[in-house]
Amino acid sequence: MTSIKRKILDADGVNRAITRISHEILEANKGIENLALVGIRTGGVDLARYLSKKIEEIEGSSIPIGIIDITLYRDDLSIATHHPIVGSTEIDFSIDDKNLVLVDDVLYTGRTVRAAMDALIDFGRPKAIMLAVLIDRGHRELPIKADFVGKNVPTSKNDVIKARLEGDLGVDIFISKDD
Amino acid sequence: MQLRNKDILGIKDLDRDEIELILDTAESLKWVSNRDIKKVPTLRGKTIINLFFEASTRTRTSFEIAGKRMSADVINISASSSSAVKGETLIDTAKNLQAMSPDIIVVRHGSSGAPQIISGAVKASVINAGDGCHEHPSQSLLDLLTIRQVKGQIEGLRIAIIGDIKHSRVARSNIYALTKMGAQVVVAGFPTLLPPEIEKMGASIRKTLDEAIIDADVIMMLRIQKERMTGPYFPTEREYSMLFGLNAKRLKSAKSDVTIMHPGPVNRGVEISPEVADGPYSVILEQVANGVAIRMALLYLLSGRKHEESRKEARDENNN
Amino acid sequence: MKTIISGGKVIDPSQDLDGLFDVAIEDGVIYDIFPTGKADLKADNVIDAKGLIVMPGIIDMHVHLRDPGYEYKEDIESGTLAAAAGGVTAVACMANTKPVNDNATVTEEILKKAKDKGHVKVYPIGAATMGLKGEELAEIGSMHAAGIVAVSDDGMPLKSSEMMRCVLEYSLTFDMPVISHAEDPDLSKNGSMNEGYLSTIMGLKGVPNAAEDVMVMRDITLSELTGAKLHIAHISTEGAVSLVREAKKRGVKVTAEAAPHHFTITESAVEGYKTDAKMNPPLRSEKDVTAIRKGLKDGTIDAIATDHAPHSSIEKDVEFECAANGILGLETMLPLTLKLVDEGVLSLTEAIRKLTINPAEIIGVQGGSLKKGMPADITIVDLNAEHTVDRNRMKSKSKNTPFHGWTFKGKTLYTLVNGEIVYKEEIDE
Repeated sequence: MTSIKRKILDADGVNRAITRISHEILEANKGIENLALVGIRTGGVDLARYLSKKIEEIEGSSIPIGIIDITLYRDDLSIATHHPIVGSTEIDFSIDDKNLVLVDDVLYTGRTVRAAMDALIDFGRPKAIMLAVLIDRGHRELPIKADFVGKNVPTSKNDVIKARLEGDLGVDIFISKDD
Repeated sequence: MQLRNKDILGIKDLDRDEIELILDTAESLKWVSNRDIKKVPTLRGKTIINLFFEASTRTRTSFEIAGKRMSADVINISASSSSAVKGETLIDTAKNLQAMSPDIIVVRHGSSGAPQIISGAVKASVINAGDGCHEHPSQSLLDLLTIRQVKGQIEGLRIAIIGDIKHSRVARSNIYALTKMGAQVVVAGFPTLLPPEIEKMGASIRKTLDEAIIDADVIMMLRIQKERMTGPYFPTEREYSMLFGLNAKRLKSAKSDVTIMHPGPVNRGVEISPEVADGPYSVILEQVANGVAIRMALLYLLSGRKHEESRKEARDENNN
Repeated sequence: MKTIISGGKVIDPSQDLDGLFDVAIEDGVIYDIFPTGKADLKADNVIDAKGLIVMPGIIDMHVHLRDPGYEYKEDIESGTLAAAAGGVTAVACMANTKPVNDNATVTEEILKKAKDKGHVKVYPIGAATMGLKGEELAEIGSMHAAGIVAVSDDGMPLKSSEMMRCVLEYSLTFDMPVISHAEDPDLSKNGSMNEGYLSTIMGLKGVPNAAEDVMVMRDITLSELTGAKLHIAHISTEGAVSLVREAKKRGVKVTAEAAPHHFTITESAVEGYKTDAKMNPPLRSEKDVTAIRKGLKDGTIDAIATDHAPHSSIEKDVEFECAANGILGLETMLPLTLKLVDEGVLSLTEAIRKLTINPAEIIGVQGGSLKKGMPADITIVDLNAEHTVDRNRMKSKSKNTPFHGWTFKGKTLYTLVNGEIVYKEEIDE
């Protein structure tokens, strides 16, 4: 099976999306009070860092940022061929009463976000959980909707979306020919 | 990367990359034990049987907590003596347990090789939680995790294992594990307490405690296992303590940043003096804490393997 | 009733016979042997042995028939059928039955049952001490009168040197050998395999070679002191082989046997805690196996005997340390011996000598020879037939063999006892 590549976002596009999402987060939360970001390992970690940097630029002070690994909360462990490597979860602040923004690169079935929310709730009782993603590619399997979206991209289930959030930023879509 | 075998019967069967996978996984699981809600849903619906033929509080509790923190159903079975006494063979016992479809069976047995014999008769994964004088892989892995935590790395370290090597499954597992990880191992104890050809395992022998600890980064003191001793191996505990007991005075000749370990339970005043066991160099309690993380990692990694096999079986059945 | 075995290659070391002969049997004894084609072929029964080896029936001087007392493992009927299938025409059975064969009543019972149900000849060996306990002498004289051929506490080491001395002296009266199970029970205590690197990494207590060596040395010394015939059972160590070799040079009346497993496989067979490779004395190191082979070659070891020791799953499907010692031997004895021939350790004639006339002479029984007038106990073997050992198709009641799945060359096609065919290879497939 061969595949062709199509660019969805270039570096400027990614940067513009990050700036816009940052503003939207601040607007929705009326500032940075009680605000914290949690990136979902691994795709959401770099994006969360960009967002926190941008928010710091805009507001002049930093907000807490954490990393959550959802491996232990996945619902597909019983059908996975072998277990994925467990990554570390790094949330070194209390999430109680925080307005948390979960961050991931691509929103797809919604299962990762479901697992991340379950994981977060085992850490404490946030006031609210919001969701920010760079790309929403559709095909939801759970009733989950992103609050902040960089770009909506209609895709087929066989497509593979790769977001590069290090070095040469960009988002590519790999479309399989057989489709 | 995943574990190659269905079971964890001994460190002998593990490669260095498998050991590292277990340690890294354990490291990533530690946070579960350090928060208010000490439970993740990972092994929901899995059944783990703790089959203990030999009394053990620490290891059994550690496996039980590990299983429960990952939401598995954990059943403890204390089998008093060898099955043959009951007129049932060990293999009968294993097959009966298998009939109840556990996912993992954790076996502690006073007789070397019993977990391996059981593993041959069941589909479930078997974890050896200590068998006779053979191996105690989870103890050794938690020792590695502790050393890595304290020293940063294992490669290049010199570890002295002191005491009753002959009857120690912890010593055997640790000699395998440490040498696989690139550490140097020296052992010391009365010649009556050294098993034949121990050097072939990769450990070198030092005659006295002082010679063994002088250049050691880590000192592991072993428990005198009276329950396994069947011969006149040494005259009295007093003489043992005099020659191979670790006390504060002796410790002065060791490196200033030496780490002291003991698999527990400690015979205070015999192999290790109370002030050393409770002293600043001792990481005995860290070992216990790491035990839970290691056992969670083993349960996690093995239950991952099982699916692959059962899926394969299901496929095979479909094909037929 | 006249039977002729025609056209076979007859090998009989007792009379230095090796060539193509016809063997004529009448009334259960060897009537005569003629060069092939010269015999009067007007027999009632002709066995065509062209391309086959015709040899005296094998005498296995060391088996455990488990009867009376442990019939769930083996009995005289199944054990002697296993013997017949293995080309064995006579067995000497050890005394560790329940009750122990330490009195004439048990001896008589064994012999009666052998006569009624046995497929091959059975020669009981009497206990040296009551109940094999090493404390009181057994009634060796009465048992001798009842038919025992040797004395042994096999299975239990005879710990007391004084008792061993008495057993040797007492046996002089009856001119019977004392068979020594040479093991120092303190040195071997709790041991379940050979002592060495493998026992260290398997975490099992080992039995050092010294446990055998010190007892072989003691028993040789006592044999010299008493002038009695000593036979060392199941020799397993390099040290024991050289002790016997030196003793023989000095003229001590000592003989020795080796079991096929001890000259074929090493301790590595127990890896994985395989209880079917657990036995006493344990499988030893490569060095010991080499020494035993050398001992067989140079005549230090006189006989090959199996120590056939059937056990059921209740004794074997258990923890390694708890598992009973012993393996089946009768049905793998001949192929394992032929393997030695194949590997150039023994000539075929030497191998047959150690299976036939030598054991016959050690325990002083008729047989092991095709001389005129001898009982027609004969084994006919196809040296080229390949077969694979299947524990589920053994004639023995038990299945404890480490040779399951091994493929051998050489197979018993006929076994005759007193001129009667007691076993004939079924041609399957």
